[in-house]
This record gives sequence, structure tokens and C-alpha cells, in this order.
Amino acid sequence: MTATPLAQDDPVLRLCNITKRFGALTANDGISFDLARGEVMALLGENGAGKTTLMNILFGHYSADDGSVEVFGQTLPPGQPGAALRAGVGMVHQHFTLADNMTVLDNILLGTESLWKFGLGRGAARARVAALSRDFGLEVDPDAVIAALSVGERQRVEILKALYRDARILILDEPTAVLTPQETDALFDTLRRAVALGLSVIFISHKLHEVMAISTRVLVLRHGRLVGAVATQDTDRHKLAEMMVGAEIIPPAPSKATPGVPLLMLNRVTTAGLRDVSLTLRAGQITGLAGVSGNGQGALADLLSGLAVPRAGTLEIAGDTVTDWTPRRAIAAGIGRIPEDRHKTGTIADFTLTENAILETYADIPNSRYGWMDWRGAEQRAEAIIAQYDIRCPGPGTRIRLLSGGNMQKLILGRVLEESPRVILANQPVRGLDIGAVTYVQNQLLNARDSGAAVLLISEDLDEILTLSDVIHVISEGRLSPAFPRGTMKPADLGQWMAGQGFEYAA
Amino acid sequence: MNEIVDILISASFWAAILRIASPLIFATMGELICERAGVLNLGIEGIMVMGAFAGWIAVYAGLPLWGGVAVAMLSGMAFGLIHAVLTVPFGLSQHVVGIGITLIATSSAYYAYRLSLPEVTSPPRIEPFQPVDIPGLSDIPFIGTALFSQTPLTYFAFFTVLVVAFVLYRTPLGLALRAVGENPSAVEAQGLSVTALRMGAVIVGSGLMAVGGAFLTLSAFSSFFFEMVNGRGWICIALVVFGAWSPSKAMMGALLFAGFDALQVRLQQTSFGAMVPYQVFLMIPYILSILALVLMSRRANVPAALMVPYNRGER
Repeated sequence: MTATPLAQDDPVLRLCNITKRFGALTANDGISFDLARGEVMALLGENGAGKTTLMNILFGHYSADDGSVEVFGQTLPPGQPGAALRAGVGMVHQHFTLADNMTVLDNILLGTESLWKFGLGRGAARARVAALSRDFGLEVDPDAVIAALSVGERQRVEILKALYRDARILILDEPTAVLTPQETDALFDTLRRAVALGLSVIFISHKLHEVMAISTRVLVLRHGRLVGAVATQDTDRHKLAEMMVGAEIIPPAPSKATPGVPLLMLNRVTTAGLRDVSLTLRAGQITGLAGVSGNGQGALADLLSGLAVPRAGTLEIAGDTVTDWTPRRAIAAGIGRIPEDRHKTGTIADFTLTENAILETYADIPNSRYGWMDWRGAEQRAEAIIAQYDIRCPGPGTRIRLLSGGNMQKLILGRVLEESPRVILANQPVRGLDIGAVTYVQNQLLNARDSGAAVLLISEDLDEILTLSDVIHVISEGRLSPAFPRGTMKPADLGQWMAGQGFEYAA
Repeated sequence: MNEIVDILISASFWAAILRIASPLIFATMGELICERAGVLNLGIEGIMVMGAFAGWIAVYAGLPLWGGVAVAMLSGMAFGLIHAVLTVPFGLSQHVVGIGITLIATSSAYYAYRLSLPEVTSPPRIEPFQPVDIPGLSDIPFIGTALFSQTPLTYFAFFTVLVVAFVLYRTPLGLALRAVGENPSAVEAQGLSVTALRMGAVIVGSGLMAVGGAFLTLSAFSSFFFEMVNGRGWICIALVVFGAWSPSKAMMGALLFAGFDALQVRLQQTSFGAMVPYQVFLMIPYILSILALVLMSRRANVPAALMVPYNRGER
């Protein structure tokens, strides 16, 4: 490594006045900071605040328009990841950069040796990886093929890649977004060991409790600018949230619901993933569905969206039993759907906002007339949604893949709510969104409830379920618990149902 | 029935398999290198034509045979460079560019042929590579004549498979090549250049394809005809899939196809062959290859980034 003699308290990394523009958008605006030896610095900001761009400049994926990066006192040449790696900067990308058909060891070795060397030296490398695994608590089988690994294991490989190259500065971009709570704890343990050995860590996140738990210092970015730098011990979640959003955060405070008639009823329905489920969704009421992921939430969502049909039992909408149940029928029946995965099933990445806005209603006026598309009408409709739901984008002709998750979700929300649906199926509507967007989406769902829609809220976040729901069901192994009215259940009680207790009588 | 047994126990049948397989092996290895790096090279058919012509005309003009091989390789690399520039840094559609390269390479070869030999009605012959006996091995009864009395280019073809397999699985360069076809961002994040790796693979792979073409003129037919490559390039594309992107399996595929081809020629001369139109025999290797492809490609592990252009910094 570039072992320039440094005083103990000299910064290991110094960013000076970094500015980066993408067309009209200034993603980073004159950002400067220092990173000290052995510290965990959290970089906090909403989606689109410029965190990832800044780190991509630091790592050399992008060249900055202005400013410089110094590592251990030496200026890095812009736009060269190789130079950053050699200077001791390692980055764990949000989207893993692993070759799935190769082994862990080969992924770690990739690029570490001269390309023209004759052999690979896998033996020595395996021993080194084993030592690093042990020292940093990163257990993973070096000969496993990446495709066979869990997400948590893949992240460990990414960290090992950096450590194998003697990284002294570790950048982690949203590392916990894909981890279970237990895996997050293990990651934090690894980071603490790394810091104890004198490494420095930059931890990018928008999860406040994690930032409070792991960091020693917090930098806050908003709209590409550095808006705050505080020691973690001098702040709290509330203050950080305000700094991040730039305004006071008012969590949604639902008024009392006025439940109306049943709009959708399941009577003892069985499908591929559901067992004898009965459920009533009433107008003007949010029904929360709690449960550990993979216990039948997807099956229920598929059923309500028309992607699955009951094998036994009946589905009634507004009192009529439906037959011949298809997605088309579900749309016609006024079921608005916010799908679980906005990238895979909610939008078509390379379609424009306009096209995505009319995916369900393309055949209706004003989007088309007499069987011909009316693009002017469709675009006006998209513009109306963009304006009303405050979607940050260059215009309705933008491909939707260029939008942040929050803005994408707002478009889906607008697409659903503008049709004034009678029933709203909201499957994980705020997953992966930042605070501002979360509050916005939740308030919109409450508004829809108050104007008479029946909402089914599926979430793995118990806080969210308890805050928003007027009645709560728990789902476990495809079975549904009785309905619990608001305020009758504590998280611990729900947790017992989620673990499958209480269902005996129905089994 | 006896006639088929006679074919199978004749050493010349097995020697023919190796000979027929040689050009396929060169070109298949070339295509495999390109595809492992994430670039589908449909220029293969035209590059083989160009290699066949360039190698032959160079020898006709007075170069030694190995000089002809080198000229063929350079001509292939030149068209590979065009393909690489268009598909890698410019990120154009690999299908369209590949077909374009095939068309332009084929017609350039024909055009150059007409320019250099305007008067002739039948192409002149050159003195091709002669079979070389491997000392010791070629004296083994049957096996010696079947396997170890081939032209140097055939030995070279099998050597190429060894080199490609060694580089792919045992060197840092091969690791980087396999990774760039699977996930280019993995390569960039480790500080290597996606563009350089992919362009290099396409250029070297195209050079090998051209050597495959040159085998036809310098080792098999000793002259250059139009249509002499006759779809061998397309067969090689299928052989890469058949071999599941593995050099050794692709080589086995080439041998299998060559075996069917050698067999059908001999079947035509049997008493049974007198009763059936010869076109039926010509179909045999293709039909059997399609069947084999259907059976094999079910568990194919195609490089994940094949045909996906890589644009730095795009989301």
C-alpha cells in the first residue's frame, strides 16, 4: 500500500469541493469532507440525494466535473476504479458486482493479479481468504459458486473482495437494504472488527436506527448538497430525519375510521398458497396483513389481482360471487393494485412515464379513441399524475428506469388512485423508500380510506401495520388469523400469531 | 449392414473425422472466446470466407504455407476489430453488426478474388499442407493411420483447444474473460477495463475463425471456391451452444458433427446409398446435430451478459 508516513490523526481520505452534473441535474454540489482513521462515518440522505453518485466518484466509476479526491495524502486520478483500489479504497456496491457462474474464490481473485501471469495461485489465495474470513467474522465457503449463495453471503464475498486487496477505506452502499435483522447484526460486528483494526468505513444508508447504532459521525446530504455533519452521540433519530428531509417529519396520525359495507369477501378460499381463508374488506377501512415473508402474502395478492383463482371457496365483490376471475376482471371490478416489486411487476423499465401510467387503462378514453392510441390524451394524463403526486422527473417522456424508487412508487400510486378504486391492494407499498416518500405514500393510503376505499395493506413492518390498520389479520402458512380491531393487540401478541401459535383450532 | 461396419473399422474414416473437424474446431474456439466475453460474433461465416481467401492468395503469391496462415489470421483480426469497435464501445446490436460483417467480409473476399484473378475460369491450385506422421505414434497399427497422420493444421487445431481451455480456467486473463461475459460490472469494480477485455476477445476470436477458413484452402482443398465455407460458420455457432460454452465439450461437438459428415459421404457409396437420393445423406449431419442440440442445450449455462452491451455509469 501507499504507506506514506502519516500522523495518527491525519485524514485518510479527503474530498474537496466535489461537483457532478448529469445534464440539468446537479447530483453533487461542492461537497467536501474528511474521513479519519478508525471511524465509521454514515452518509445519510433520501433517495436521489446524491450519496451513491458521490461514492461512485470517490471509487472512480464516474469522473467529477470539479473537485478532487485525496487518499492518504495523494490525489486520485479521476475515473479509474483501478487507481482507487490500489490506493486502498474498497467498495461494496448496492447491486453486487459478482459473476454468478464463478466461485467465491475466483470472484475475489478477479483483477488482483496481472492478466498475463501464467497461473492463478488459487492455493495461496484460499489460505488468505480463510484467514480474512476468520479475522473479520465473514464465513463463506471459498469454493461455493455465487449463484448458490444467499444474499447475505454474497455481501460477505463483496466485503472479502475489498479486504483481500488490503482496503483501508471501506465504502458500503446501502448494505442493509437486502439483509435480515440477524444478518445486519453480523455485518455490524464485522464493521466493528474492521474499525478496531484501523480501517475506516463509510456507511451509506437511509435507515436512521442503523446509522445511530453503527456510526461515530453522520454527514447528511440533501438534493446534492452537504447540509449537516454531526457526531452521532450529539444527535438523535428525530433530528437526523429533519436534516435529511429539510422539514419537520409528521408521522401519519390516522383519524377514526368509519367502516362501511363489505366490498370484497373471501369465503373459505383455498388456492395454491392459501388454506381455507375468509376475509372481509370493508369500505373506509384499512385491513393490515402481518406475517413473516413467504407465508401466503403473495398468494393472497395474486388472488386479489386476478392472477390466481380459488380452488375451493368463493370470492365475492360487492355481494356478487365472481366466476371467470382474471386480471382484466379485477381491474374492471375496481381493484387498484400496488404490486410488491415495482421493478419487476409494477413498471416496464424502458417504457416512458406516459406509457407506464396507462398500462391498465390504455384502451380507455382519453388514452385511446376508436381503437387508436391518443398519445396527447395519454400524456396529459401522465402530466396530471406527475403534478399531483409530485413526481420528480424531467418529463412524461422519460424512461421510468431513470427514476428513483420513491418517484416510481408515486407514479404507481397515482396510476392506481386516479382510477378511484373501490378496493386497494397495497403489497409492501413503502419497501425501500426513504422517510419523505414513506410518509407521503402512507398518507395517500389514509386519504383513499377516508374517501371510501377498502384497503388491504400487506407489510412485514409491524410498526407500519399497527399505525395504519383499523383491523389486523396475521397470516401464517397460508392460514389467516381472526380480525383484531385497532388497539387490541400488542406487537408481542402479533409476533406469537406470526410464529404460528393460535391457529391450532383451525388446523 | 456389413458395409456400415466396414466403414466404421476403416482407419481412413477416423482420419477423415479429424480432418473435417479441424476447421470447425478453430472457428468454434474463436466463437467461444467471443461469447465467453459477452459478444455474439455472427461475423463468423464471412470471416471464415475471408480467412480461406486471404490465406490461399498469400500462398499463391509466394508466401510459405505458415505465412498464409498468419495472413489469414490477420485478415480475421481486422474484421474482428471492426466488429469489436461497433459492438463494444459503440454498443450497437450484436446481431446486426455480425450479419453485416459476414456480408462485407464475404463480398470483400469475392471482390478481391475477381480483382486479383480476372482472367481465370477455374481457380489455380496451390501446394497444400501435407500429412505429417508423428514419430512413434503413427506406427501404431490402425490408430496411427487414423489419428497421427494428419496435416500440421489439424494438430494445431487440437492444440488450440488445450490453450483456450488452459487460459480460460487457469489464468487471471481467463478469469477476467469469463467474468466480463457474466457480469461486466464485476470486472469494472475490480479495476479492469471491460472494453479492452471484450475487444481483445473479439479480435483474437475472429483471428481463430479466419484460421478455420484457411484450413479449407491450405489443408483440405488446395484452392479457393465461392461458397466453399458453406455454412460451417453457422454450424460453429450451434456447436458453442452444444458445448455449453466449454472448450472441451464444444470440441466433442465438432468431432460428432464431423463424424456424421464423414459417415454420410461413405454411406452414399454403399448399395443402400444407390437407392436413396444423395441429398438425404447430405441432410444427416444437420438433422443429427439439431437433435443433439435439442438434447444438450437444455442444461446450457449461457454467459449471463451475452449480447448485453455495457455502458459505463448507466443505471
